[in-house]
Amino acid sequence: MIPVLLIGIPLLAGLIGFALKDAAAKSWALFASLLVLGVSLAGISMTDSPQLHFSIPWMGSLGSRFAVGLDGTGQILCLLTALAFPIIFISTWKEPYKNAHNFFGLMLLSQAGLMGVFLATDALLFYFFWELALIPVYFLASQWGGEKRIAATFKFFIYTFLGSLMMLIGIIFIYFHTKNHSFALTAFYDAHLQITNETQSWLFWFIFIAFAVKMPIFPFHTWQPDTYEQSPTAVTMVLSGLMVKMGVFGVLRWLAPVLPMGTYMWGDTVSTLCIIGMIYASLIAMRQDDLKRMVAYSSIAHIGLMCLAIFAITETGIQGVMIQMFNHGINIIGLWIVVFLIEKQFKTRKISELGGLAGKAPVLTIMLVIITLANIALPLTNAFIGEFLMFSGIYSSRVTAYNIVFVVTAATTIILSAVYMLNMVQRVFYGPTNTVTDKGVDISPGEKGVLGFIVVLILVFGVYPEPLFRLTQEAVDLLMKKMYFKP
Amino acid sequence: MNSIITSAVLGVIMMFSGIILKKNASIVYVAIAGIGILLIMGMLEMSGYHFFPVDTRGMLYFDVFGLLFNCIAFACTLVYFLLNGRDLAAIGNYPGDYFALIFFVLCGVSIASSFNNLLMLFIGIEIISIPLYILTGSDKRNLKSNEASLKYFLMGAFSTGIMLLGIAFLYGASDKGSFFLDDLALGKSAGSPMMMTGLILIMTSLAFKVSAAPFHFWTPDVYDGAPTVVTSFMATIVKAGAFIAFIRLFNDAFGEMKIQWQIFIAIITVFTLFIGNITAVFQQSVKRMLAYSSIAQVGFMLFSLLGLNNLAKEGIILYSAVYSLSTIGLFAILVRMKDLSFQGFNGLARQYPVVAFTATIFLLSLAGIPLTGGFMAKYYMIASVMQTGQYLWLVIFALLCAAVSVFYYFRVIQAMYFKEGAEQQLELSAGFNGMLILLALIIILLGIFPQVLINRLYIIYN
Repeated sequence: MIPVLLIGIPLLAGLIGFALKDAAAKSWALFASLLVLGVSLAGISMTDSPQLHFSIPWMGSLGSRFAVGLDGTGQILCLLTALAFPIIFISTWKEPYKNAHNFFGLMLLSQAGLMGVFLATDALLFYFFWELALIPVYFLASQWGGEKRIAATFKFFIYTFLGSLMMLIGIIFIYFHTKNHSFALTAFYDAHLQITNETQSWLFWFIFIAFAVKMPIFPFHTWQPDTYEQSPTAVTMVLSGLMVKMGVFGVLRWLAPVLPMGTYMWGDTVSTLCIIGMIYASLIAMRQDDLKRMVAYSSIAHIGLMCLAIFAITETGIQGVMIQMFNHGINIIGLWIVVFLIEKQFKTRKISELGGLAGKAPVLTIMLVIITLANIALPLTNAFIGEFLMFSGIYSSRVTAYNIVFVVTAATTIILSAVYMLNMVQRVFYGPTNTVTDKGVDISPGEKGVLGFIVVLILVFGVYPEPLFRLTQEAVDLLMKKMYFKP
Repeated sequence: MNSIITSAVLGVIMMFSGIILKKNASIVYVAIAGIGILLIMGMLEMSGYHFFPVDTRGMLYFDVFGLLFNCIAFACTLVYFLLNGRDLAAIGNYPGDYFALIFFVLCGVSIASSFNNLLMLFIGIEIISIPLYILTGSDKRNLKSNEASLKYFLMGAFSTGIMLLGIAFLYGASDKGSFFLDDLALGKSAGSPMMMTGLILIMTSLAFKVSAAPFHFWTPDVYDGAPTVVTSFMATIVKAGAFIAFIRLFNDAFGEMKIQWQIFIAIITVFTLFIGNITAVFQQSVKRMLAYSSIAQVGFMLFSLLGLNNLAKEGIILYSAVYSLSTIGLFAILVRMKDLSFQGFNGLARQYPVVAFTATIFLLSLAGIPLTGGFMAKYYMIASVMQTGQYLWLVIFALLCAAVSVFYYFRVIQAMYFKEGAEQQLELSAGFNGMLILLALIIILLGIFPQVLINRLYIIYN
């Protein structure tokens, strides 16, 4: 029943939210998201309980069931989704939205969609949620975003929609190759036995393209900086903290174990694309003047590393990816909160127009520096654990002959990320103040609380990552078995 | 037989009601009651109650597929009357006649969905077409309407001629010298040059009727010129009716020799998808855009002729229902709008949230977004072709076109929700809004539980 609640609560709450008054909708959304957090924590603390799975016939003649389950790769992302929404709501609490009830209703619907993606164990259901997560976000970004929002979000929509359609072909193709024609995840895991290697080879791209657009992987990334920049920051948090993880998650759950041969065959090609994307995005991030665009490009680089580590197919690497998905979500939401607070106070996001904030807003500065360090993956921060595991995984990879090249070039981007992140800190927070920042004040206690919570998470998981390991171990084992790397 | 006779009788009743009843409203009520009766008759026939035991000597063959389609067509017409009956009556001075003509079209649809003989196919298609020529020109004082009517009549008559020629060829080519579908593709004659000629001629004519490219040139002008209410009916129920005739003929008579003709269908499909979608992108008027989009949707329906399996039959049933309902809903809103360009929709969401929301559902359904019936309809079409293992390239092409279609459907959504527009006054009653919401709910229901409709195909009554 737990997975049904995780999808059902935000869905119902969202629909109710549309009918509420603006102020009430805000509190209602926070309440609902906290409820989801509670349920998800309860779900994760259970092990092997029948409550974690739910399955009823849905479209009988098609062989599709409404099957959801809180297990494997989905667990950690459900936790992240459940955790992220209250943080997003609290950190943007004072932001006045026009028609706020619609805003919060749509936000909750997007949470329901995301939960569905992470919980579905039926391919058609997965596809449903995959698209459904997109629609509310499209409306959110187009309605409350910046000046060029309509064009930017439309580009985003077309990109992802095209990717999804390709995936649909892939899903139907695999469906016709399963025994008894079923959409069940387990049936999909066995389907590759009936599909020849040549077929897997082209089929791989049909499914991968949907995930590649979502992550995004070079050259499918061009929607991302525009959309992040034009969306309201709360939506950007959803997009970059959670929705990009849909792509990584998709590869881990619906691609690599479903088409193992295809994954091996194209490993080097995808890895090369990841490397190109990482370096390219890091270089562009260095030249950005807009804070949002800079963070957007840095996100491309980080996701590229995760994808690289998946295609190295090692146990450590994949464990690193799962842990890093969680950590990256926390860190980037922290960064967006800081950007949001700066923009709210000074009405600008231009790095060149800011300066000397450290004197005016010391608490904000301390928080930001810690989040920044986490983003560069410094030891003692959470991202270090994930990135270290990923690098060691790529290095020890047995499926590619270029593992050293990949590690070295990928590691370069860490240095580049230090360059642009620290450069940003220096130019925004240190140096003399100017007319814009002269009257700056520090953040409010509520905002301190949220950022403090994120910083605590960063430090705790940086020192004691054991819970994350335990949460992901089972999924990693299963994946390695499906990929024939474990008996 | 129930529906054929009832619809014809109802047509006559409607003609006389125009003389007796003076108020438009009362005529609309009679029409709604009539279509209700027709729908019940159709459903009873599906359940095995035949009230008119007419011996057709096998020229008509009533199976669940055709009867279910009839019910869908009647149900869609009921929705159409409920939403737009008043507007239909207000086109000109003869309100009774317009409803009468629509009942005659439905009579034609019932024949076209149950023919077992080429002559019946011809009669069915003609009964559908001739009332439509009149309906298209029913806005007598509007030059555009006159032009559309004449154009439609000339082109339609021409394509009918082609169909007759095709029938003659098939008759000549068949071993037994028979018009019956079962006798056509038997023995040596199957695949003979003469038969192929006849087949392609009929295919051309039917492609014209369902406005598949490259025989679509009449569509945008006629749809644009005809009164918007009439366009709504033409683009949905009529088109689906002609399509059912199409799939019936090629599935029942020529299913065995599909290798020989499917390549032509594939070519037509490519043209239809490409021209429909690409041209729709460049339209400035929503009405014209919908005309082209209806061409594009036919491209997807044609997939059922490439699949020719159970999924295809289920799919075409679902597709005609969902497509008709979504389009009728959109046109119902369009009828009430004064400015039919995309700008006319600017800022509609603020003023009329119900209209904007339901229009969004209809558009999402046409674009094929999950949770709406449109997705499941497209899913069935794609899956039916993929099950055959052939024409994968066509599936990919179709989905690329579907992505293009998002472009023009979403322009309306963007205009309604994200752009500011001038205040406008629309005549909307509470009943109209309620009906729209109900329609949107039905479309969502069909998107989540398509088997509600599809399982009807497999229920066997004694």
